[in-house]
Amino acid sequence: MALTNASGGNAKNMTIIVTKGSLDWAYPPFILATTAAAMGVDVTMFFTFYGLPLLLKKLDLQVTPMGNAAMKMPFMGMHMTMPNIVNMIPGVDAAATVMMKNLIKKKGVASIEELREAAVDSDVQLIGCQMTMDLFEYSSDDMIPGIKVGGAATYMEQALKSDINLFI
Amino acid sequence: MADVFLDAKGLNCPLPILKAKKALKDVPTGGTLEVLATDAGAVADFGAFCRTTGNELAESSVEGGVYRFVIRRSA
Repeated sequence: MALTNASGGNAKNMTIIVTKGSLDWAYPPFILATTAAAMGVDVTMFFTFYGLPLLLKKLDLQVTPMGNAAMKMPFMGMHMTMPNIVNMIPGVDAAATVMMKNLIKKKGVASIEELREAAVDSDVQLIGCQMTMDLFEYSSDDMIPGIKVGGAATYMEQALKSDINLFI
Repeated sequence: MADVFLDAKGLNCPLPILKAKKALKDVPTGGTLEVLATDAGAVADFGAFCRTTGNELAESSVEGGVYRFVIRRSA
């Protein structure tokens, strides 16, 4: 049985709470949101704490090997991990970020900018957490246009009528 | 000959699906969309996409590392 169009009343609903804004953690919520929207699901993303910067006009996402034992980057035919102590050296995060961005490009993986644009184009509802904006001193002008700003109750109203609620 | 053709070769998840969804908008009901992809995950994904959206996966084949899908728009 097919779902009705996203604008129809019978579509399935999904919400995602986005709590992490590093380059690696930004992928799962945006990939799921855009794919679900393509499959006719009405999607709401709630950006809170470190997830909030994913709504900033200019994205500057970084990745860190610090405390990430599972981060094994392909390197000269092998997989490379980085001991935590290496992270004391300035520039290691920047180097890891460049490495990751090169891999992303090389393997035909979408950039977060592209996925976010796809989310906006497919009418994914983006909600910025007001409390986080106050806490980290962001204003609506810092954020991309078209987002909604709200709090936990705004999220809950949508979550209560959704079929899938994820926390990432 | 499909009504609309999409070359998604070299693109990784979820781009082939997102682009296919976009391309389907230009396909008349009953018409077909042909997609070429190199993402090995696309085989399972196009099946799931079609079952969920109610479109028909009329063809799914692979030749020389290139996957070919023909989707008949029924929804």
